[in-house]
Amino acid sequence: MPHVVFIQPSGESQTVDVAPGTSLMTAAVKHGVEGIIGECGGVCMCATCHVYVREDFLDRLPPIMDTEEAVLEVTNAERLPNSRLSCQIKMTETLDGLTVTVPPSQR
Amino acid sequence: MAGGCVIVGAGQAGFEAAAALRAETYPGSIALIGEEPHLPYQRPPLSKGYILDKQGMDEIELRPAQFFRDHGIELMTGDRVIAIDRAGKRVALASGASRDYDALVLACGARNRLLPVPGADRDGVLYLRTLDESRTVKQRLQDASSIVVVGGGFIGLEIAASARSLGKTVTVLEAQPRLMPRVVAPLVSAFYDTLHHDRGVAVVCEACVTGIAGSGERGGRVASVTLSNGSSYPADLVVVGIGVVPNSELARDAGLETANGIVVDQYLQTSDPAIYGIGDCAAHPNAFAGGRVRLESVQNAADQARTVAAAVAGKRAPYAAVPWFWTDQFDVRLQMAGLSGGYDEAVTRGSPDSQKFSVYYFKQSRLIAVDSINRPADHILARRLLASHAPVTPQQAGDESVNLKDIGRHA
Repeated sequence: MPHVVFIQPSGESQTVDVAPGTSLMTAAVKHGVEGIIGECGGVCMCATCHVYVREDFLDRLPPIMDTEEAVLEVTNAERLPNSRLSCQIKMTETLDGLTVTVPPSQR
Repeated sequence: MAGGCVIVGAGQAGFEAAAALRAETYPGSIALIGEEPHLPYQRPPLSKGYILDKQGMDEIELRPAQFFRDHGIELMTGDRVIAIDRAGKRVALASGASRDYDALVLACGARNRLLPVPGADRDGVLYLRTLDESRTVKQRLQDASSIVVVGGGFIGLEIAASARSLGKTVTVLEAQPRLMPRVVAPLVSAFYDTLHHDRGVAVVCEACVTGIAGSGERGGRVASVTLSNGSSYPADLVVVGIGVVPNSELARDAGLETANGIVVDQYLQTSDPAIYGIGDCAAHPNAFAGGRVRLESVQNAADQARTVAAAVAGKRAPYAAVPWFWTDQFDVRLQMAGLSGGYDEAVTRGSPDSQKFSVYYFKQSRLIAVDSINRPADHILARRLLASHAPVTPQQAGDESVNLKDIGRHA
């Protein structure tokens, strides 16, 4: 199963197996990754599953749709060029090893 | 700290309160008591993603069982608080157990308003609020071909859209002259009427249901829904979504003030300072409503949970969050910010014909709410404009050449 590495602001990292088709947010919540909240359940309403994606994975991700773009405007931690909502990233085999950093705050 | 915090109700509000207390590093014990047998789960997908098999159980559970163990939250499912002993600061449960508290959070939620007509007890008349009810609807939809939905509010219309997406014949019966009449402007109602019509849903407004006919005696299978004007709609499944009743009996029986819900102040405290009320059951003063209101939404549940958790942890602050809501029907998303009740002017930005527009609601020239259809950026900005009381004028709202972003910033 492909895996994702979540890095905390402290530098601590956690590797999580994610079934293809499952969103990064859902996997993070299921595995107790600190700092990924997903309050709205993954429908681009709440901005509490913000992550920074390691640059070399950016072009493998699905494009940012209007709903995600709007919510990225109001993330609690600073939006950076590599900001994404983890609910909008569905796992695929080609994303194996995807590495994301959890921001210092979500709300 | 002997008693810790007891949370009655393990829906979104109760769950968020427990999680927020631990996030506040609350040192006491936490008991989260829910009547349903399941782990705390999200309700919004029950009428859409879950019914359509787009979201499974693991996606709608708020957290896995491990989370509650890891965070020292005693999750008591399948049990119910039956009485509050305020003097002894103790709750009694249906199972015979009891728990002491220093702080008690009532997140009792609400229950379906039942259709008060003859035949409403027939087999095939369903409601949708809980996971079990959603499973029943999902299962019964498989063999049904004609669905009548009673109620043209969010839930009813979401169920209608889901059933239609499954290829069913669907009729929506709404008692008022238009869809979602209490929450959106006539223009938005009309848009949804057209949307559902175009996708093949029959929408009948001013439809007063007087009875449900069926085969056999009382309790036999549903066959049709009858209106006061004598017309009748064949149905092998009826789903009722006509609103909810707050669960305030526990509070009332304990001598707490109730009035369309559990009455709380701006700190979400009841008439007993050790007892709080949050979520669907809490009748709270809300600046965006201009008075006391109950709100049934994820936002309200989660934000009130955090307000109470902070208060219990010693950081008391009034509840002041901007209300927001959403509903997904077919491929159209309606997002609402603020509360539009009592508006005296509604201004449209964008065109309904494009299926992308927002309606800005004003009361005495002050912006009070924004409904956005497929315009997520408008919605997110609206929350910010409402939170900062940005002085947006109706003229600016209606003029797409004006960037509303700039208005909040210079206020």
